[in-house]
Amino acid sequence: MTAITLPDRRGHFGIFGGRYVPETLMTALNELLEVYGEAKRDPDFEEEFRYFLRDYVGRPSPLYYAERLTQALGGARIYLKREDLNHTGAHKINNTVGQILLTRRMKKPRVIAETGAGQHGVATATVAARFGVECDVYMGSEDMERQALNVFRMRLMGSRVIAVDAGSRTLKDALNEALRDWATNVRHTHYIIGSVAGPHPFPMLVRDFQSVIGREAREQVLEKEGRLPDVLVACVGGGSNAIGLFHPFLDDGVRLVGVEGAGHGLDTGMHAATLGLGTPGVLHGAMSYTGQDENGQIQVAHSISAGLDYPGVGPEHSYLKDSGRAEYVSVTDDEALEAFELLSRVEGIIPALESAHAIAHIARIAPGMDREEVIVAGLSGRGDKDVEQVDGLLARKGSGESTE
Amino acid sequence: MNRIEETFSSLKSAGRKALIPYIMAGDPDLETTAALVIEMDRRGADLVELGVPFSDPIADGPTIQRAALRALDRGTTLRSIVETVASIREQTVIPIVLMTYFNPVLAYGIGDFCRDAARAGVDGLIVPDLPPEEGVDLSGACRRHGLDVVFLVAPTSTSARIELVNSHTTGFVYCVSLTGVTGARGELADGVDAFMSQVRSHTDRPLGLGFGISSPKQAGEAARLADGVIVGSAIINEMEARTGEPDMLRSVGEYVASLRTGIDAG
Repeated sequence: MTAITLPDRRGHFGIFGGRYVPETLMTALNELLEVYGEAKRDPDFEEEFRYFLRDYVGRPSPLYYAERLTQALGGARIYLKREDLNHTGAHKINNTVGQILLTRRMKKPRVIAETGAGQHGVATATVAARFGVECDVYMGSEDMERQALNVFRMRLMGSRVIAVDAGSRTLKDALNEALRDWATNVRHTHYIIGSVAGPHPFPMLVRDFQSVIGREAREQVLEKEGRLPDVLVACVGGGSNAIGLFHPFLDDGVRLVGVEGAGHGLDTGMHAATLGLGTPGVLHGAMSYTGQDENGQIQVAHSISAGLDYPGVGPEHSYLKDSGRAEYVSVTDDEALEAFELLSRVEGIIPALESAHAIAHIARIAPGMDREEVIVAGLSGRGDKDVEQVDGLLARKGSGESTE
Repeated sequence: MNRIEETFSSLKSAGRKALIPYIMAGDPDLETTAALVIEMDRRGADLVELGVPFSDPIADGPTIQRAALRALDRGTTLRSIVETVASIREQTVIPIVLMTYFNPVLAYGIGDFCRDAARAGVDGLIVPDLPPEEGVDLSGACRRHGLDVVFLVAPTSTSARIELVNSHTTGFVYCVSLTGVTGARGELADGVDAFMSQVRSHTDRPLGLGFGISSPKQAGEAARLADGVIVGSAIINEMEARTGEPDMLRSVGEYVASLRTGIDAG
């Protein structure tokens, strides 16, 4: 079995993935798998999905040759897959459009979601408004402070945003609370998971919906360069934009590089480098690399970027890491901030802090590459949501304080 | 026959139902946990569930979440819980089941954990985030070491899933009374009678009923439907209300005795 045909029938990517959830949810997961299977065989579903991606989301997103960034770094030719130009400003909406269509097929009147940076919450609130479905979004209270603008957007579109005060008050705890809500209201509620994480079939179906990123990028780069790229680079929190970009290239000889948040540094204990420093474990319904202590307790992650601030990662990434098909590196908060400023200054594109991690890694590798070589980066979202936070951080940095 | 089977079988011949209290190991500390097990045994418990604290307890409501946090803050680990069971075993033969999320077991090592737990006198495991499909390795290790693995059924389980759970569970079938997470509720869930009859039609194994049961009256109602009644959050609420009081142990004992009375009256 090649990587591109995974997961297996029970949702496993090698030893990773699966369904580690309370029995209460098993029937709903089976129903979702069945409905998704029917939808995939139904040409009307595909047509409707494409329609909404085109006319509502604004796809295809451009593959933009970042000429000034390329010049500034003085090496490989750099292309940006502009998911930041999608409706709602990030790649997350590709998945929520797909899942809201499934929700309608299952005739469920309510959806819930978890959100870290707020982008998935906004993308869910958006499709919920468009399809007239009730929507509750769980968000860590710390993230609500960091991403107040997105909280406002969700509420404006008619969703409730429920603050989660438990634990680290970030994405991990929002996921716990969303899973508890789902176990309680599963008969009439669909849980729109926002990443390629969680129990089967979520890692598979979120990947399938996000693979539009890589399919378009593959066509576009062939058209512009007449060949496949040498390297793909994307940031990895749960890993949905990275899988979406990588997956259509799995059978090609393209290098795949995922970039995790190194926070204050890998040796500080305050990072989100789950694949870099974690070990296999079970969190939120799947076996995958996990940030945990020697007793199996999940550790609190740290990243400047709320979307990467998660001690888990999608099981397919764990598989790609162990099989050697993809490599995973990490970038510190400070490096991401520099990249945030760099891309803003030389290209007039303000990236999301998540996406700035991918740019930061490109800034490391591009200068050492040949001028004929090609890098495609996933620019997963725009940075408007982050400017206030970054403004504060830069002001404090300028005055010599720590960025924390 | 192991201790869990023996307990259900002798209760059945006496025409009685099992009282199964749940407490969080290490809340407020492991010495108290050991003392509580002895006290609950003395006050009419037939089997004890010891919760293993986990950082991300997705099947638990606020009461057990808080208890887990307190236990973790005290540095409680799966290893120290196993050692505590060994010390409890010097004083009682009451069956002890550990209720643990899967990750602490994985981190310990499935084989090592089952060996150590069995040696310490643990009788079985309940792993709320492990459906039978993913439980093959754990079930195998438990079988080798003579531990039961109790799988769960829920009101959302189809007949096919009840069959699946029945074919993998040992000891008893854990019936989740409601669609949701643990935590005291005012009433038994609607439809629990029909749910229990449906489960009963698929199995001859003893049925434990838990989630939401919080008063002697409800325990009595549950006892009419099940072979064992599991009460967790309500006991922990009682402990929380008595935090720091010198008679906390006795209060919990009295509460357990009142559940016993409720069940026997049921």
